[in-house]
Amino acid sequence: MRLAPFRILLGLFCLLVAVWLVMPTLVIIPMSFNEKKSLAFPPSGFSWQWYANFFTNPDWLSSFFNSLRVAGLVAVAATLIGTLASLGLSRMKHAGAGLLRAILITPMIVPGVVLAIGIYAVYLDYQLVGTTTGFVIAHTMLAIPFVIIAVSASLEVFDVRLETAAASLGADRFTTFRTVTLPLIAPGILSGLLFAFVTSFDEIIVALFITSPYLKTLPVQIFTSITRDADPTVTAVGTIIFIATTLIISAGLIISSKSTRS
Amino acid sequence: MNQTSHTPTAGGDHPRPAGAVQGPQRRLRLAAYPSLLAMPALLLLIAAMGYPLLTVTLRSFSDPAWGLQNYVWFFSTPVNVTVLWRTFSIAAWVTIVCVIAAYPYAYLMTAVGPRLRLVLILCVLVPFWVSGVVRTLAWVILLQDSGIINSVIRLLGFDGVKLIRTQTGVVIGMAQVLLPFMILPLYSVMRGIDLRLVQAARSLGARPARAFLQIYLPLSLPGVFAGAIIVFILSLGFYITPALLGGPRSTMLSTLVQSQVLSLLNWGRGGAMGVVLLVATFVLLALAAPLMRQRHKQASRS
Repeated sequence: MRLAPFRILLGLFCLLVAVWLVMPTLVIIPMSFNEKKSLAFPPSGFSWQWYANFFTNPDWLSSFFNSLRVAGLVAVAATLIGTLASLGLSRMKHAGAGLLRAILITPMIVPGVVLAIGIYAVYLDYQLVGTTTGFVIAHTMLAIPFVIIAVSASLEVFDVRLETAAASLGADRFTTFRTVTLPLIAPGILSGLLFAFVTSFDEIIVALFITSPYLKTLPVQIFTSITRDADPTVTAVGTIIFIATTLIISAGLIISSKSTRS
Repeated sequence: MNQTSHTPTAGGDHPRPAGAVQGPQRRLRLAAYPSLLAMPALLLLIAAMGYPLLTVTLRSFSDPAWGLQNYVWFFSTPVNVTVLWRTFSIAAWVTIVCVIAAYPYAYLMTAVGPRLRLVLILCVLVPFWVSGVVRTLAWVILLQDSGIINSVIRLLGFDGVKLIRTQTGVVIGMAQVLLPFMILPLYSVMRGIDLRLVQAARSLGARPARAFLQIYLPLSLPGVFAGAIIVFILSLGFYITPALLGGPRSTMLSTLVQSQVLSLLNWGRGGAMGVVLLVATFVLLALAAPLMRQRHKQASRS
């Protein structure tokens, strides 16, 4: 084949791209066992001290639990509001549906800093800076587009004749929704829930503005510790998040492959 | 869309024979039903996005006094114009780098077997598994003067390159963050391309390069456009990556907005910068939307 050198070149190029994509995630892991308080590569020695620091330092722990609490509330609120909106959008007939969908997805496109200064200005007026309520409202707004996209995707492949069938068998609208529609779009709702959680857990720009010494989220704590001193605890946190995510995703894959088999 | 639009009538068909009195009432409720479901989301959006953006816009015209002085200041200060120009140029570079890296990658994803494809998809998704801020820190580790990339370059016998606190470093870091937004739309378009068209061109005597340029490339362009627009628009608003990887000579507009508001407490000027950024984003989107739609139509027609 005359194409062989081209294929090798393509393979090498893509390998390079793959390394470029994965490298930043993987480089964090060895750094987290560094013996010295430095971010120079390669790390020297081996120690658990940065993990110990994460689990004993109140700054890190409280910001971690703040993030969990905010992200948990956001996941529930955004999934509820976003799923309702997707159901409404999928049932709208007129041209307004497209426009409404576009409007509901705009938080993804608006530059983060512009949104952040606006929210900061409003929150200063309403005393919402540094409050859980403030974080949950802002993050829910940012997370709803992801829920709408995920749920709409599963509504698109959903066969509405199933709803008609249930109705023709005498089920009322709510029973139809609960026993037919909901189970079938559940995967979309679940992935929307996950996306919403991650969006909030990972959000930094708005959080940097509306944070206070009393309520810091994990990304804010990470950012300030990076800019203030080269604290390797960040790499330990990164590794923990990476391993937790890997476990959750693998568990999800195993459960879903088992349920499809049975 | 066609399927879903049947729902209200399909649901309404059944109860109609039950009684003429119940009919209209039931239909009225169903007609009002769907858009009401989207109301909570819309209200939250107005309160948490619409109102704040309105506040920013108002302050840009009214702080400290009513008028256009903040905009006049913005466009007559050379530093601001330089940063505005640099923001666009960095966004353009990031977009170009993403297209060049993503195109072969997405193509390979369509060309390999299912197992290797899974690996390639994993490589795209793994970056999302670590917090965005942590990933930026990882780039600091990789790009610093004693970092891995410089070590490899020196190992190959070249002089070290200054990467951290430079525009190149910012572009490398940003492009990695945004690459998935380029690869995924490209992949979904390329997966739909009928490869028999390329075979047909080859069988009619076209060289591989010509078959690619005349058949495959035009068919994959909608994916390129879609990805490029998303990447470009998201780059314009980037804040964390340039703040941590860049130096004073690679400041982007977002950083200026932040320092006007948080450090100088100048809401008027910060707001004006924010409005410029916002308007740029939406003008670009408005310009690109019809272009993308047209390309899509073309692709589906052929």
